[in-house]
Amino acid sequence: METRPNLLYTKDHEWLLVESDQATIGITDHAQNALGAIVFVELPRVGAVLKTGDTLGVAESVKAASDIYTPVSGTVIAVNEALNDTPEAINDSPYENWIARMELSAPDQLNDLMDEDAYRNFCESEAI
Amino acid sequence: MRQTPIHDRHKALGGRMIEFGGWSMPVQYTDIVREHQAVRTAAGLFDVSHMGELRVSGTGTLEALQRVVSNDLSKARIGQAVYSPMCAEDGGTVDDLLLYRLGEDDWLLVVNASNTEADLAWLRSCVGDRVAVVDRSAETALLAIQGPAAEKILQPFTETDLSKIRPFRFVSHVLLHGICPSGHFQCAALVSRTGYTGEDGFEIYLDPERAVNLWDALLAAGQAHGLLPCGLGARDTLRLEAALPLYGHELSRQINPLEAGLDRFVKLEKSAFIGRQALLDYQALPASRQRRLIGLELIDRGIARSGCPVQFGGQPVGHVTSGGPSPTLQKNIALALVSADAATPGTPSEKPEFIAVVRDRPLQARAVPLPFYQRPRNTAVTGQPAT
Repeated sequence: METRPNLLYTKDHEWLLVESDQATIGITDHAQNALGAIVFVELPRVGAVLKTGDTLGVAESVKAASDIYTPVSGTVIAVNEALNDTPEAINDSPYENWIARMELSAPDQLNDLMDEDAYRNFCESEAI
Repeated sequence: MRQTPIHDRHKALGGRMIEFGGWSMPVQYTDIVREHQAVRTAAGLFDVSHMGELRVSGTGTLEALQRVVSNDLSKARIGQAVYSPMCAEDGGTVDDLLLYRLGEDDWLLVVNASNTEADLAWLRSCVGDRVAVVDRSAETALLAIQGPAAEKILQPFTETDLSKIRPFRFVSHVLLHGICPSGHFQCAALVSRTGYTGEDGFEIYLDPERAVNLWDALLAAGQAHGLLPCGLGARDTLRLEAALPLYGHELSRQINPLEAGLDRFVKLEKSAFIGRQALLDYQALPASRQRRLIGLELIDRGIARSGCPVQFGGQPVGHVTSGGPSPTLQKNIALALVSADAATPGTPSEKPEFIAVVRDRPLQARAVPLPFYQRPRNTAVTGQPAT
């Protein structure tokens, strides 16, 4: 199960790349594997104002639709339009194929998230 | 959860297991789309041992079964399988099943896994005082090999000429033998040319003790032909493309077989059967008070799944019963149960006229004729399903 050292992680298996007050968000290798082949991604609207726990987007496999939640509050400033044509790119490279970028309204929320080690431990404990 | 005789193999092959009708079953081994395409282009092997098998026999069985199912069984020969809905007094569907005529008054009924107990109780209450209804599910394993290469893969295992078994016909005692990892094996099986994928193929009913041997042997022999083990995920995408009903979705106690488009399996001219009067009354209703199953192709991006509201001309007219991506057509498709005056059977519209509401967003869709996919018929195996 692949993870990256420079990211933050959530219990819902999302990753965040934080640069000053912006966070680029995607789903982890664990999440893409659990979903299976992704056939459709619903992206958020640019400009959407979201609170922690709101639905950021939806990743659909053949069998089911899975909500992706935003782990932070803020405004969506960009979305990865390429996923409209090749949603399966997330399966191939979950850390390169981001879903949305947000301007953070409460950067302190980042303190509640996990680093790579904590996330790997979390995944291990979930697997038992 | 119950396990089929093949359970260990599913896990060894990397099967993602889920609970289905009380059974631990594989949804997929590798990738649903890959397994689906294998069935359409080569072959797929399915463990469907969770299905129920009920033996109904004794003098008067034909008459007894005729009163319980909507299709006409009287012309079925020994060696022929008949597909039929089975209805309640109000016309709602109790189950849809295959009835195999093993003998003059000896039938094997194959029912949906999730309905086995209910069907057993239902049949016993309807006919149990006249004929014997025995649950043989625990003694029956069922493997399905489906796809254009199915016959080619299965033939080396038997001297029975499989090319002589026409669609919806079967041979009761086919001697199958071959080599599997534990050595030489042989077993007697009922082999029918039936399936739930829209492709040519066979369903093999056999002793659970031998099922694993046959599973192993078929996978090994089929490898060179592109055979893949396939799970319930591909089973569902395949049957959806072929517009075959799934009980609980296109059929239920609240959905009668006429609404599901199974008119040709409902012989209202037959003498009395349970639900006949209700279905006659239903047929007499105006179109605005009837429902019909239609096929939809999504035009806007998105997948309309079971339960999505459907609109026509700005009005709510029904809901999606099953929907998802079609790997063969490369589109998102759906079966929807809608008001009969919105359904336009036989006259597909090019213009998008329907809306499927997905997560509160309206997606344009067009009605298309069913089935979504029909396999190209070759001359080797022809014939319509027996009715």
